[in-house]
Amino acid sequence: MKSGVGKYEAVIGLEVHAQMLTDTKIFCGCSTKFGSEPNTQTCPVCIGMPGVLPVLNKKAVEFAIKTGLAMNCKISPYSRFSRKNYFYPDLPKGYQISQYDLPICEGGYIEVVVDGKVKRIGITRIHMEEDAGKNIHEGGGNYSFVDLNRAGIPLMEIVSEPDIRSPKEAAEYMKKLRTILRYLGVCDGNMEQGSLRCDANVSIRPVGQKEYGTRTEVKNINSFKFVEKALEYEIKRQIKVVEEGGRVIQETRLWDSNKGITESMRGKEEAHDYRYFPEPDLVPITAGQEWIDEIRIKLPELPDAKRERFVSEYGIPEYDADLLTSEKAVAEWFEEAVRLGGGPKAVSNWMMGELMRLLNEENKGIEECPLKPIQLVDMLKLIDNGTISGKIAKTVFEEMYKSGKDAGQIVEEKGLVQISDAVEIEKTIDEILAKSQKEVERYKAGDEKLVGFFVGQVMKATKGKANPQMVNELLKKKLG
Amino acid sequence: MKLNELTISELRRLLDNREIKPQEVLDDIYSRIDAVEDKVKSYITITKDAAYEMAKDAEHAILENKTSFLTGIPVAVKDNMCTKDILTTCASKILYNFKPPYESTVTTRLKEQGYILTGKTNLDEFAMGSSTENSGFHTTRNPWDMKRVPGGSSGGSAAAVAADECIAAIGSDTGGSIRQPASLCGVVGLKPTYGRVSRFGLIAFASSLDQVGPITKNVTDAAIMLNAIAGHDPKDSTSAPIDVPDFAEVLGQEIKGLKIGIPKEYFIEGMDKDVEDSVRSAIKKLESLGVIPVEVSLPHAGYAVATYYILATSEASSNLARYDGVKYGFRSSSQSGKEDLLEMYMNTRSQGFGTEVKRRIMLGTYALSAGYYDAYYKKGQQVRTLIKQDFDNAFKNVDVIVTPTSPSAAFKIGEKATDPLQMYLSDIFTISVNLAGVPAISIPCGFTKDNLPVGLQIIGKHFDEESIFKLAYAYEQSTEWHLRRPSL
Ligand SMILES: [Zn+2]
Repeated sequence: MKSGVGKYEAVIGLEVHAQMLTDTKIFCGCSTKFGSEPNTQTCPVCIGMPGVLPVLNKKAVEFAIKTGLAMNCKISPYSRFSRKNYFYPDLPKGYQISQYDLPICEGGYIEVVVDGKVKRIGITRIHMEEDAGKNIHEGGGNYSFVDLNRAGIPLMEIVSEPDIRSPKEAAEYMKKLRTILRYLGVCDGNMEQGSLRCDANVSIRPVGQKEYGTRTEVKNINSFKFVEKALEYEIKRQIKVVEEGGRVIQETRLWDSNKGITESMRGKEEAHDYRYFPEPDLVPITAGQEWIDEIRIKLPELPDAKRERFVSEYGIPEYDADLLTSEKAVAEWFEEAVRLGGGPKAVSNWMMGELMRLLNEENKGIEECPLKPIQLVDMLKLIDNGTISGKIAKTVFEEMYKSGKDAGQIVEEKGLVQISDAVEIEKTIDEILAKSQKEVERYKAGDEKLVGFFVGQVMKATKGKANPQMVNELLKKKLG
Repeated sequence: MKLNELTISELRRLLDNREIKPQEVLDDIYSRIDAVEDKVKSYITITKDAAYEMAKDAEHAILENKTSFLTGIPVAVKDNMCTKDILTTCASKILYNFKPPYESTVTTRLKEQGYILTGKTNLDEFAMGSSTENSGFHTTRNPWDMKRVPGGSSGGSAAAVAADECIAAIGSDTGGSIRQPASLCGVVGLKPTYGRVSRFGLIAFASSLDQVGPITKNVTDAAIMLNAIAGHDPKDSTSAPIDVPDFAEVLGQEIKGLKIGIPKEYFIEGMDKDVEDSVRSAIKKLESLGVIPVEVSLPHAGYAVATYYILATSEASSNLARYDGVKYGFRSSSQSGKEDLLEMYMNTRSQGFGTEVKRRIMLGTYALSAGYYDAYYKKGQQVRTLIKQDFDNAFKNVDVIVTPTSPSAAFKIGEKATDPLQMYLSDIFTISVNLAGVPAISIPCGFTKDNLPVGLQIIGKHFDEESIFKLAYAYEQSTEWHLRRPSL
């Protein structure tokens, strides 16, 4: 009998909570800004005082519809909010206003590429709800603090079908989801700050079995790094349980990133009966076709379409197009550089190489890039017309990035103009060869690898400014 | 005659003619309160100092000829309406110290009209009850008989109006809480159409049923008050974005030919004989004024009380979850210093809420719980739809529907307190109106042999308070019940 990992397949569905980038909260006028002093972005509505009423932020509905359209969902002409009842200090009303039986979007999909193959992952539903506050356990006494700044920030819950079969697919799905959300400008996708959160429903079953196994819900996957790790762990754990003759129990498990394991919450959250019922303080949401069409027209070009266009329009490889379209701002930077006359492949190479390296060093996004596309294009022109070598260009590029100066200015100030004067190069070569009698003899005796040594010496003597192609040609001539 | 015994329209004339000052009205109000409040106990909080401050503003407005309908008129407000920086308790220990940092829309509008707040009136805790016996603080007495209840839950407001401790009052009505006490206290009480008046700042009992309305000495004052508080409010999504007519304008219009529906299901077995007689002779009176009585049927009326107690308690169980001791109001004091969160919740809520409130929270929690939702809450919603359809069908043939407000006159304190079902049945004629969302008024239509007032309920179509006012005014003009005052 076959045993171990190969015998089983995983069935994974993801529930993703995305904080919407609206200026104000979903049911009141409070700001949604991140990182303010505790309880400074609150009002009677979002702290659940007696007698106050929620008023729906239309922008949040628009964002949800936008997301639904981008993920090929059906937008419900009639949806509504319900109340999810439970007691917790970070939930000031004692219930969360959330969509339940009639969500705003249903039945969509997104496509991800895994191991070179396109896979379609179904979206069961997207619904809107309000975020809860945060309990803060500090000071060690028999008390806690509650910060309600986050209470009432609009969330979208995006629920996938159990179509995901591996941790890698899950990671790709999360990446794609994040990319789409960021393209739409509806969520900043920051998992570490909690604006994008992921819970996973995981089960295993023998390969070939149709019925699902008992699932567990893995919560607290609070970084992109951990999506794959947490799922790998949980799948292995479930396989082990079954292999050892046990049964997987339906439960909620918390991912502990320090220990690298998932741990049972031991029924703490299990017994909840949320007593959902329609929220009587809000009227149903009606989304007319006209409004939906209006939102559809304003949708930006989405990552898949953009990637295909980059390949066909700019002739760059799939790989480049994929990377360049992973962020809308990166794609825009690229297109701007190309529009200004940069060769697509050269721009792509510089962006994916040096530019990303420098940005990553400082942990910056392209939005904070000090370099303008025009600066790269100007530098590329200097390479093309032979003013600088490709090697020197790296120095110039880094200097541009750090000082903000243009390439031309840097080349001039630092005297980095390429030496393409044959007489001058020949002079240097003669000097080097005169000093290196032994090596010349060895070369002539057949050790042709030494050509690299001579080139190196020349470049060193010219501080790298000699035109490498000319150096090569002239050396070969001199050495006979 | 003392100024506190006058109506809004009478005072308006005197104030605008500068025959009297707002302060003089207040003087009479507060000397009346000093004289009778010990017995009646209408109020939870009396805001005398603030009232005289408001009177100064009213005086200025009058001197500058910038008066509105309520400029300088002393009004009492039920203590479940939020008033900024003024104690708002909902008659519950759990909110014993709660001062809202915001003002309800209704009191904001009253303020804009220049009203003077006399104080906050007693109610059944969280508006759950029909007698004020469920108040966490004290029971209000019926000014007509101190041994009897004033009705509820807006019993404090109704008693204050009947005892001339204010000129008019604000109440709230979830299943009859304005109309039943108005009936039992011999005053006028109007529950507007659901959505006519903003609920912002009304401490919720059952959100889909709650509505704010006036309790007044006569129909004209009710129209004036509704004019002041009605209209769409962007802070309340369930308030209707429709135009508000001038309700005072229809008073005195011809009622000849108006068709009034008499629901056959509403003259029930066990109804107080005196009540039935009063209501029947009121209908005769209306007939003599030219209206046409038509028998109508509201076939699902018998299910109204059960439906109401499922839906209202379901919503209440959720609405009252916020009183958890974490943010404001009462928190049980720690006994050991080692209570965990769950113990804090349980101690706070068992000590902070009264028996009836806890009973309803449990009822509602049960009705919404997994496995019972379909049998209770969902079924309740379906029956609610049928009840609504009953009214829609009836209103195809008639302009208004006329019924008794309450099956009995004021009952004795303690008489029904131990029997919640008996208590619930005192709202049997008013509850359907809230389930259907239609407007209804209660006006005085007679007295029992014990000299206790009887109320007539006039129910209108959605957003047709005008027909109610027209008929109620015509009836009032042809009778003198509303002029009788209790001797205290
Ligand atoms: Zn707020």
